[in-house]
Formats: sequence, structure tokens, C-alpha cells
Amino acid sequence: MVKMFLTKSDQKIVKEGLWDSNPITFRVLGICSALAVTVQLKTALVMCAALTFVVAVSNVIISALRDMIPSKIRIIVQLSVISTLVIVADQFLKAYMYDVSKQLSVFVGLIITNCIVMGRAEGYAMANPPWKSFLDGLGNGLGYSCILILVAVAREILGSGTLLGYPVIPQTFYDHGYINCGIMVLAPGAFFFLGIIIWIQRKISGYTEES
Amino acid sequence: MFEEFLERRSKKIRQLFEKGKPLEKLYPVHEAMDAFLLTLGKTTKKAPYVRDAVDLKRVMSFVVIALIPCILMGFYNTGYQIQMAKGAAHSLMGCLWLGLVKVLPIIMVSYIAGGFWEVLFAVVRKHEINEGFLVTGILFALILPPTIPLWQVAVGISFGVVIGKEIFGGTGMNIMNPALTARAFIFFAYPAQISGDAVWIAVDGFTRATPLAVAAIAPKGASAIAALSQAGYTFQDAFLGFIPGSIGETSALACLIGLIFLLITRVASWRIVAGCVLGLTAMSSVFFMLNGDNSLALFSLPPYWHMALGGFAFGAVFMATDPVSACATQAGCWIYGILIGILTVLIRVVNPAYPEGVMLAILFMNIFAPLIDHFVVRQNIKRRLARAPRK
Repeated sequence: MVKMFLTKSDQKIVKEGLWDSNPITFRVLGICSALAVTVQLKTALVMCAALTFVVAVSNVIISALRDMIPSKIRIIVQLSVISTLVIVADQFLKAYMYDVSKQLSVFVGLIITNCIVMGRAEGYAMANPPWKSFLDGLGNGLGYSCILILVAVAREILGSGTLLGYPVIPQTFYDHGYINCGIMVLAPGAFFFLGIIIWIQRKISGYTEES
Repeated sequence: MFEEFLERRSKKIRQLFEKGKPLEKLYPVHEAMDAFLLTLGKTTKKAPYVRDAVDLKRVMSFVVIALIPCILMGFYNTGYQIQMAKGAAHSLMGCLWLGLVKVLPIIMVSYIAGGFWEVLFAVVRKHEINEGFLVTGILFALILPPTIPLWQVAVGISFGVVIGKEIFGGTGMNIMNPALTARAFIFFAYPAQISGDAVWIAVDGFTRATPLAVAAIAPKGASAIAALSQAGYTFQDAFLGFIPGSIGETSALACLIGLIFLLITRVASWRIVAGCVLGLTAMSSVFFMLNGDNSLALFSLPPYWHMALGGFAFGAVFMATDPVSACATQAGCWIYGILIGILTVLIRVVNPAYPEGVMLAILFMNIFAPLIDHFVVRQNIKRRLARAPRK
């Protein structure tokens, strides 16, 4: 199905963000929000959707404007596009998913300063046509999402014994002395999993910092 | 005759593990067993030759030997505390046996679970199984409370070996002491099983605060020593180790015996241990002098009490001196040790959340050790450059 819509070079752009230069495991960007919103899967999912929306759409808009933006004030222009989109996402969440929006607190607003969004706008959208920029934004958003979801699933199961709020660890475990791992609810829990994911991914891709 | 027999047998077994043979993948396991049971058949053919017979394996086994007093005391005290709590008679052999039954499973789980990861990484990465693990496994068991659930022991040592050591590249590459990393993980992951009043004596439902906790919760302005003696703790008991605490660290005397052995064999750096003692003495003296009517009770705890209580003696002797994660330069060792001593007292006295500070102090300084070494080396280069004749 994917092949019907995307040409080979298009697929490559998406794959780039998903795997080869994944914003979290390869560029190690956006770590702050990755630590903060992955205690529960629900907040992570909403955050992923919001970020993917912002990075994809801002890439399109900035790419469409790229020949008109004076290079001296380009960061300001990029920021105003991004922050407009973030406010849209934030208001949408407040209107339709008030509880989750409360839990995410400032982190939706902080997408404005997320290095991934700024990085893609400055590094890709400013030099490429809108369709390609859209795919690049999508790929990076999804790459970010994949890692966040993996971390959030692990943290919610180990830290709270639930998944999306439903208990997944059988009661007999608790009866026999099993206890939820408290450190998984704290920020270090996310660091452990991010580290392990980065380790595994670099083992597979063979990438090293030194080379 | 017997040697020949052994030689032939081991040759036959070795063949099974060689390249292309069925057990090729398990070569590291065979290698470790072989080196452990027999001596190495290898001799160095080219320079440089090492004069000393002490290699990494022997260094590690020296540490295990130095731990024997602590282990025995751990067995005895665990049993002794149980008997005391029950108000039962406490004979030497009876206490030893009771403690053995409690502690041996913890040590075994620590070795088996940690050994599993050690072997797995050795097989996958095709390196030798390192004897360092014999030390990590027992150290970790000795710094746990005797009531710790066994599955948490397994989780903790797995974390310590994989995240604390193997991720960095295995023995010799780790930044932090793996046993302490494992304990820190358990400490933050399952705080109810490793802190508080109910975990230090292996009798269900029996609570007794450790001396440091007693001193920490004493009211402001009170004398810590008075609070301790009121709770039934004497300095003699604290020094000899007849107090509740983690399995192997209650006895400062046993640690002292271990220290003497480690210093004679030159496994531990005396500078680090001296630095720890110096830092602890200095910092607790400062607090002692600042002690007023409105200060925390722990301010009034004199240095010699600080040294005997908690895990300080054990940490300074066996953990801070870990050659991999400590400083390597001589001046660095002093700085590293002194800062451990200072931080220990700081955490103990002014941070009410943690009655004990040795674990965090050592881990903290482990992270700083490379930085300290870096500056010491740079300073040395500067000094020598200044001395060199100008062109």
C-alpha cells in the first residue's frame, strides 16, 4: 500500500527519520519531553500525535515560504509558524482532551522549543520543496513517536503495572511479593530505556560516535 | 603421575571447546573454569615480562579473601539480631547457622543471576569471563538488608552487571562500581525493601531503627549519643558490629581486618582509605563544632561514631578502593578519598531523606574520578614544562 502512494525516494526520506537518523536515538534531540511524558502510554501517545502534527505541518509551511523568508530573520519566522501550530494543538487538546492536556502541562507548549521541530525546519524545510519536507517531518515525527511509545510501554508496565490505565500484571504476581519498580516512574527510568534502545539500534546499524 | 592425568583430562576437555567443535561457543566458560581450577598453561614469549605473579585474577581473589571476616560477621550478626529480637538464647554456632540460612540464598542468587549475564556477554562478545564478578557478586550481597526479597537481588545484580558494567565495555571499563550501582538501583526502585526500620532484622514484623536513623530522628538540639544509648546502642557494639544494618557492613572491626590484608597485599590504595577517614573526620568535626541548641541531633555525633556506624568502613575499604572506578593518580586518590568522606557526612547529617550517605558519596565521586585524574595529570605536565629549560 505504501508503494502505491510513495515513490522510492519518498520512502527513503521517511525511513531516514524513522531509522537512519532517528531524532532521538541518532541525533539525541527532544530528550526532555521524552523523559517527561513517558510515564504513561496515554500521555506519550497524545504528545507523539501533537509533535508529529507540528513538525510535519510546520515543515510544509516553512518550505512553501522558504524563498520569501529573508535569511536574516528566518529563525523568527520559523518560530512564529511553529508556535502558531503549537497553540492550535494545545487549544485542540484543551478543548477535546482536557485531562490529558492537564497531565501534559507545559510540555505541549514546549514543543515550540523542541529541537526536533526547529532542526527540521532549519535543516530540511528551508532547502527542500513542500512535499519532501512534509515527508521528512512525518518521518521524524514518527521516529520520535516510535521511541517514545516503546519507552512509555516499558515504563508504564514496570512502573505502574498498567497499560493505558488497565492493569496488565496479574494479581497473583503481587500476592507473591512482586512490587512495581518505583524508579521507572522517575526520570532515570526513561534514561535507562533510552540508553538501551540507543545501544540496540547502534549495534544493528553499526554506527559509532568515533568514526 | 596425578599431574599427567590432569593434563591429559584437561586436554581432552579442551578439545571439545576448540574452533569447529560442538561447544565452541562456550569457550569462555571453559577458559574461566580451567583458569580457576588449574594454573594457566600460557607463558609469555616476548618482552615485556611482568615480574609480579599478581594478575587481575589474583587481585580479585585477594579481595574475596579480605572479605571473609565481613562475611562471617555478616552470618553471625544476622543470626544474632534474629535471636535478640525473639529474646532467644544466642550461642555462637546457633547464630552462625541462622544467619547462614538467611544470607546464603542471597549470595547464591547474586552469583547465579549476575553470573548468567557475565557468561552471556562473554559468549556473545567472545572475551574471557572475568574474575571481577566474583567480587561484585559478594559485595552486592553484603550491602543488602537480610530481609531483601530474592527476586530483587536478581533484578539488582542484573542491573549492576548489565547497565553498570557491560554497557561500558565490561570489566575495567565501568565508570561506577557495579555492586554499588546495583544497590542504588534497588534503593530507588524498591525503597520499602531497603530502607526504613523494618528491614534490617530478619524477623517478620519486628522493627528497630538503625543507629544512624535513631540519631537522625532525634529531636533538634538533643545529643545524638544520648539518643543512641537510650535506644540501646553502645559504641562497642557499633564498632564490633552487633547492630542492625546491611548484612556485611555492620562491623567496623571486620572491615579493618580486611583493610590490613588489602594494604599488605597492596591491592587497595592506602591514600584513598586515608583520604576517606580524613574527609569524614574533618567534616564531622566541623559539624560537631557548629553544634548548637537549634541544630539537628546528628551535628553532635563525634567523628569516631561516624566511622563506626553505617556502611562507612565497608564502603571506604572495599568500594571506594575499587581500582577501576577510583582515581589512578596519587594526588587524585587523596582528593577522591577526602571528598568521599566529606560527602558522606554531608548527606548523613544535613539531608534528612537519607540516613546513610556512603553509597551516594562513592557513586558521585566515581563519576568525578576521571575528571580529577585529568586535572592532576595536566597540573603535572604544567609543572614539568615550567621546569624544562627555555629555548
